[in-house]
Amino acid sequence: MASYLISRLAQTVTVILVMSFIVYMLLGLMPGDPIDLMVSADPNLTSEDAARLKALYGLDQPLGKRYLNWLAAALQGDFGFSRLYAKPVFVVLVPALKNTLILMGIAFLVSVCIAIPAGIYAARKIHSPLDYSINLLCFAGISVPPFWLALMLILLFSVTLGWLPANAVPLGHSDFWDTTKALVLPVITLSIVSIGGVTRYVRSSLNESLRQDYIRTALSKGLSDHQVIRRHALRNSMIPVVTILSLDAGAFFSGALITEIMFGYPGVGKLIFDAIQSNDYNLALVGLLLSTAVTLAANFLADISYVALDPRVTFQSNQ
Amino acid sequence: MTRLQLIFYHLLRHRLAMISGGILVVLVLFSISAPLLEIILKSDASTVDLFSRFLSYSLMHPLGTDELGRDLLIRLAYGGQVSLMVGLSAAMFASIIGTVIGLVSGYYGGWIDNLLMRITDSIIALPLLPLLIVLAVIDLSKLGIFPDSFNETDAGLYRIIAIVALVGWTGVARLVRGTTVAVRQQLYVTAARSLGIPTRRILFSHILPALSSPIIVATTLSVGNIILFESILSFLGLGINPPTPSWGNMLTNAQELIFEAPKLAFFPGMFIFLTVLSFNFLGDGLQDALTPGTNLLGQKSKRMKG
Repeated sequence: MASYLISRLAQTVTVILVMSFIVYMLLGLMPGDPIDLMVSADPNLTSEDAARLKALYGLDQPLGKRYLNWLAAALQGDFGFSRLYAKPVFVVLVPALKNTLILMGIAFLVSVCIAIPAGIYAARKIHSPLDYSINLLCFAGISVPPFWLALMLILLFSVTLGWLPANAVPLGHSDFWDTTKALVLPVITLSIVSIGGVTRYVRSSLNESLRQDYIRTALSKGLSDHQVIRRHALRNSMIPVVTILSLDAGAFFSGALITEIMFGYPGVGKLIFDAIQSNDYNLALVGLLLSTAVTLAANFLADISYVALDPRVTFQSNQ
Repeated sequence: MTRLQLIFYHLLRHRLAMISGGILVVLVLFSISAPLLEIILKSDASTVDLFSRFLSYSLMHPLGTDELGRDLLIRLAYGGQVSLMVGLSAAMFASIIGTVIGLVSGYYGGWIDNLLMRITDSIIALPLLPLLIVLAVIDLSKLGIFPDSFNETDAGLYRIIAIVALVGWTGVARLVRGTTVAVRQQLYVTAARSLGIPTRRILFSHILPALSSPIIVATTLSVGNIILFESILSFLGLGINPPTPSWGNMLTNAQELIFEAPKLAFFPGMFIFLTVLSFNFLGDGLQDALTPGTNLLGQKSKRMKG
């Protein structure tokens, strides 16, 4: 158990480190070079000045050394400055991350609360017209372009009906009722995009459980379908669902990014996009790194919650 | 009754995959016919005519015109060419990468398998959209690639195909690896190995043909996702650049124009939705045809009532 968790943690940290290296390399591949920009902007700068500046900022050192310097600073919380906001990157990112997590949390709860009953119902009446209709809706949710869905919702609820605002404000910034109302459309958008996948996982996992021999035993004892599902099949079938849900955290984050942009909600996703738009590459890349770290942390937590769900899991072998 | 329902279901299910295939054929024909539409409608996709902005539906312009007075139907057809081309070629490249990685991983096993699958899992777990947004602005000339040497439009196309394929191969890789592990243990593979046939040939002429159905299923299922990614990037102004139309970038201005011309926001998105939905249904139908099965509750009700 402990050794499994340690190896899992090591894997997570490795991925974050690799990602940080990639992010650092990408920083060098972003358009424009700050020193060259300075030189071209100021005719009084000579090439000696440029060389001196490069030495000052450590840009004359080998790449590996530069990365280690950057990493050492990053580990102490110094991720550099945001050009767009003229503040340290982290000061900008932390409140945005909070907003994103609030949006994702609410949408996650909404989708799970709808997806689990729908998935159970579909698996129970498998191959019925109802199962068929649920499947159709799931596919629609999976296939709809999220930004277009947001546009259509704005068109219907904000432009035509005028019921809900098309801009989302984070909670606690103004009147409670207004902010809640403003969150409705983003939450609906993000939920619709993710419900389909979750419902299908629940359905197929429960369907798999319902093929097992112990279900045959339970049925032949004379238990009703309802009892079989509630007492025998459901718990087992939830285990793979948790795994797949945690793997979906990244996709969920991507959905949140589009939702944030469409409704002007100040989360990490929108921040990354705004930063790219205004050439603030350091902010964008650290935002990318942060969102990766948060996603992987979610995966790790789901892995631990596995133990609570399944007493058989001992983590002896990790095949 | 229930048996009838089952038949009805399978029929509809496969019919759905077939309808999806039909819709895709129609969409492809519609996109190809773009130049023909220009001749029929005596209009084209690029001429700006500020006197005929936001026209409504008419014989001259069946779907009306956009904010620059260009015919919406013709632009949708050209946009379809770009979106389908990018989606299909990115899916093809992704499928090739995924197949090679899955084959090597499944055949060799051991630490190679371990490493490759860890990488695959890590990429699956990443938040891909922020990554793609960042990758989309990379300065290619710093990589020694000079996009100026070919024209601007093509550079945008190649770039988006490359970055989407770079992250889109994971599903194929996992499926191919799983099947390879099973196929590797078959007698004919052992026989081939004992005959001294080189590994590369075993991989590509003995094992690969046995993998054709999972590859087709996984590729079909990935096309939808890839088209979604392309449309999102183009919509955000980081993919296909105007004036070349793609279904995604035709929606870029739609948000600001939603009061003047809601139909400009409706049609391109509807085309993306239809295309992605059709690819997903087609893939699902193919998968279903390969792995049939039902659960015991279904069998029970069939026995009792049927």
